Amino acid sequence: MKTENLSSFDMPAADMDPALFFETAASRLGAGGRTLAYFAVPEGPEHRLVMAIGFDREGRVEVYSCRAAGPSFRALTPSFPQLHLFEREIFEQSGLKPEGHPWLKPIRFNTPGAVPGVADFFTVHGSQVHEVAVGPVHAGVIEPGHFRFQCHGEKVFHLEIMLGYQHRGVERRLSAGPDARSLHYAETLAGDTTAGHVWAYCSALEALAGVNVPPRAQVLRGIMLELERLANHTGDLGALAGDVAFLPTANFCGRLRGDFLNMTALVCGNRFGRNMFRPGGVNFDLDFALIKELRLRLQDTFRGVENAVGLLWETGSVADRFEDTGVVSRETAEGLGLVGPAARASGVPLDTRRNFPYGPYEDFTVSVSGSGDVYSRAYVRWLEIQKSAELVAGWLDALPEGPLAADCGPLRPDSAAVALTEGWRGQICHFALTGPDGRLRHYKVVDPSFHNWQGLAMALRGGEISDFPLCNKSFNLSYCGRDL
Amino acid sequence: MEIIKPFSQYLAAMLLAPLLPGIINRVKAFFGGRRGQPALQLYFDLYKLFRKTPVYSRTATWVFRAGPVTGVCALVTALLVLPFAGRPSFLAFEGDFIFLLYLLGLARFATVLAALDTGSAFEGMGASREVQFAVFAEPAFFLGLAALARVGGQTSLSGMFAALTPETWRVAAPVLALLTAAFFIVLLAENSRVPADDPNTHLELTMIHEVMVLDHSGPDLAYILYGAALKLWLFAALIASMVLPRRTGSWAGDSALFLLAVLGVAVAVGVVESVLARLRLTKVPYLLITAFAFSALALIFQVGR
Repeated sequence: MKTENLSSFDMPAADMDPALFFETAASRLGAGGRTLAYFAVPEGPEHRLVMAIGFDREGRVEVYSCRAAGPSFRALTPSFPQLHLFEREIFEQSGLKPEGHPWLKPIRFNTPGAVPGVADFFTVHGSQVHEVAVGPVHAGVIEPGHFRFQCHGEKVFHLEIMLGYQHRGVERRLSAGPDARSLHYAETLAGDTTAGHVWAYCSALEALAGVNVPPRAQVLRGIMLELERLANHTGDLGALAGDVAFLPTANFCGRLRGDFLNMTALVCGNRFGRNMFRPGGVNFDLDFALIKELRLRLQDTFRGVENAVGLLWETGSVADRFEDTGVVSRETAEGLGLVGPAARASGVPLDTRRNFPYGPYEDFTVSVSGSGDVYSRAYVRWLEIQKSAELVAGWLDALPEGPLAADCGPLRPDSAAVALTEGWRGQICHFALTGPDGRLRHYKVVDPSFHNWQGLAMALRGGEISDFPLCNKSFNLSYCGRDL
Repeated sequence: MEIIKPFSQYLAAMLLAPLLPGIINRVKAFFGGRRGQPALQLYFDLYKLFRKTPVYSRTATWVFRAGPVTGVCALVTALLVLPFAGRPSFLAFEGDFIFLLYLLGLARFATVLAALDTGSAFEGMGASREVQFAVFAEPAFFLGLAALARVGGQTSLSGMFAALTPETWRVAAPVLALLTAAFFIVLLAENSRVPADDPNTHLELTMIHEVMVLDHSGPDLAYILYGAALKLWLFAALIASMVLPRRTGSWAGDSALFLLAVLGVAVAVGVVESVLARLRLTKVPYLLITAFAFSALALIFQVGR
């Protein structure tokens, strides 16, 4: 059935006959749809399959569901690779087997007896082929993940990424809500994406409760999300410079990222934007003095970023490292359903703020760069930094008057809502289902990293193994967001 | 009494070498607007490491343990033939520059073997890269020294540099300028500096030299770090002696000037690291081929002079 971003609907209306479900899903995906979420909901001893498909050009969301008949179902991955991780997840969580899935193995190792990292790996045989295993414990202070390279000398034939070490069971915990802890879980779904995830969570609840968020709260939310984007993109560009040992940019971006985080702290008291959002609105307001201070800091910091990042584009030795490294073609990006800057760097004009407008975003224009390499992924970030700074400055100048929050009442029973937001890493999808008692029956979170990890693996194919850290940084994906 | 001067020169080189990485770090910090770590940091690190107990993998053999010691011994010996401020070194004989090259080769060989002995995929990759780039770096260095031997008509390092005077710069400036450039590139590549390698990275997959020594710990690591400092000193000293041939008559004056020049080379390395990004790994050979071409041109110019 057709619905749209941030509106609730009756779940039974999406129900279909199983055979028809797979036919419809295949035809809708074939018609240019992109999987937003695909998961199994337990219903007594059985399971229900639910798929949400987004049509980016029309800004439409379609939801289909069916009762899973029998212990297996038809895998659509062979025709639509973007589903490969979703089907593996369904298999792991519900035991329903996707028949015909080409690489069926656990993704989070959260079933009894499963040990993270213990599974079959794709291998390449040959007298001169060697395997390099990296992680899960890394040299830097980063999240754990295991990477297996099949190499011929310095050339990478194949990279397999095995994650799951960060699984916390947070989705299951959210499904029991909403309770006093839910909001805090939503804020920490991925540590660096507080505003993105908590906005999606609040929006899902607001849609189910039928609440309209006051305009002032919408704009304040927008300011938090764009500050988060500014901080992370600036940090990423600095880290990219650091990876090619280009110190001028690396040195300054670390500090500038801190300046953006401090601006966030100025608004809500926390550098990562925690405690700002609540269902129905926001918790903290901006007064005249604070607006003035933020405006000054934004100007200053943006000028700093402009100078530091400008060096990246002007320095030949940097361009030589960034260009043609880790290329992901547009076909690959679309086939895998990549989202966020990674997709836009491959020329896919997808940005939730434009395609599925929400909150304070109107007439947003997407920043796209076409070459799909590290340079492109860096450059898209710079374009987005400029746009975010412009948005925040505009909002600070014209903050609508009004209350900070509306009362978020009880949730509609037996309903569902899809909430899409554009986190700094890409599109975030939250899918909430309520039971007959008006409490959450199932809560599904799809972090942009869930889509994009496979993009990183493809970026390395045929590339140099020494370029992996650079490619990895250019995607900068979340481990815990994917492992949940 | 004549033995005192070469001995104190040798001692000075051994004691001052760990200062160079500190200077480079301070220069980089200055460019980044930071204060940076103390210039004497490497001395503190060495002191700390020497008091630690090394850890050895059960699968590693004596080859792994012998690597760091062999490496540092080779460099300590190499410093014996290295002239200081254009003054004769401890040990000087005809063709000792070939001896020096072979000692550097031995140090590399020991490090590479120790790396392969661990059986780690990272270290094997690093060893392969180290050897691959050495194929380009060694001829550039060898040919450069050969050209320098032609300039002075001497085949011992002490002789070569003793024959070098400000007058030489007047008559053979192109040769010496080319050699300086070639030696500087070789210095960057051989000492894992930007743009050939990144001494600061923690990312094993991109490392060349650092990745070979990941499994060494305690005193072994101290030997490796000290050996690396000596190697940096060796190249910096060669460049310094070439750029600033002695002019005052006094030993103390010459030595002071020479030390300043060595520190100047370290500062130059720091500046390069502050403004350049690292090269793509596949392009490092091009850089070294450039050094080789400089050396070859210098030799041709010298022969034709």
